[in-house]
Amino acid sequence: MHKSAIRRQKAENLFLDSGFRLPVSDLAEARDFFALLKPRVMSLVIFTALTGMVMTNGELHPVLAFASLLCIAVGAGGAGALNMWYDADTDAVMSRTCARPVPMKRIDAKAALSFGLTLSVGSILSLGLFANWLAAGLLAFTIFFYAVVYTMLLKRFTVQNIVIGGASGALPPVIGAAAMSGHITLDSLLLFLIIFLWTPPHFWALALLKSDDYKKAGIPMLPVIAGRAATRRQIFIYSLFYTISAQFPWMAGNAGNIYAAIALATSAVFLLLSWRIVVNEDGPLLDQSCKHLFAYSILHLFILFAAILAEAAFIGSL
Amino acid sequence: MNDPLLTPEQNAERRRNLKSRNLALGAVLIGLVVLFYVVTIFKGVPLLNQRPI
Repeated sequence: MHKSAIRRQKAENLFLDSGFRLPVSDLAEARDFFALLKPRVMSLVIFTALTGMVMTNGELHPVLAFASLLCIAVGAGGAGALNMWYDADTDAVMSRTCARPVPMKRIDAKAALSFGLTLSVGSILSLGLFANWLAAGLLAFTIFFYAVVYTMLLKRFTVQNIVIGGASGALPPVIGAAAMSGHITLDSLLLFLIIFLWTPPHFWALALLKSDDYKKAGIPMLPVIAGRAATRRQIFIYSLFYTISAQFPWMAGNAGNIYAAIALATSAVFLLLSWRIVVNEDGPLLDQSCKHLFAYSILHLFILFAAILAEAAFIGSL
Repeated sequence: MNDPLLTPEQNAERRRNLKSRNLALGAVLIGLVVLFYVVTIFKGVPLLNQRPI
């Protein structure tokens, strides 16, 4: 039996044996609350926000910048908890998400809601005090966009859910830059564009692998609504736009030649992997291509932002 | 503290869960206190320097 299934069974037994008198949250460990924050998403948010901060010439003291980065991370965690509160019903149905704390009955939905709201409000107010109110306002907008616009409105009702909703994942560099400088910078908007265009091929590669799950949960992902062939074409089209946008920081003079070389080489690989999704027919080869693109997309984004960060912090090409 | 309807093992697990959460919450609260203290220093020092003599 899988470990998560064992933990779920133990939690259910505990709750049932107590005669339903035990609050479900009493069963939660600290790591369950940490899992509510979506730590992997948080780490991406921290990294992209840090890149936005480092490439901005700002007057914020490094200690205050660190504190601001912490607020952005906690805000992202709060948004994640709010998402897990609202999506508890669909999470329980999908194999990818059924091990989350709320569907596993380790934390009840109300506790997840309170936790998410507290972290969101606290992080917004703290960011306003540590940095400035523009950054706090952007963070508030990001959390609202993710928790309300994407999670409650777009995700269950439109096939363009992750295209439009991807804006919330693309905002951290803009928030980081605003925290440093007090205004929205063109450099950070270029980073926003890169992440925004990265989001559809990344999530649609996953959706192709898990289309049965999304169909079971009633979520209108592109493979479920438009079909697998259309999804494969869209993945390639968005990959093309994404890899072109990856060259923009160098073209705009915000990154140097080292970044240009890295972006060009790694983007070519990205395009090749997305092309394999177009040409491979349904079957094990296509599944393998989707897994490769999904994994590589995470690595690629990391490489691009690490290159910008390294140039800005150490080589001083900016 | 112990629920009479649960077995001793289940009560022990419940106490362990509560303890881990309390420790984590305590660490977070202490961390927040330190963070706000440090931030106040770095935000406050420039303002102190601007005070008229």
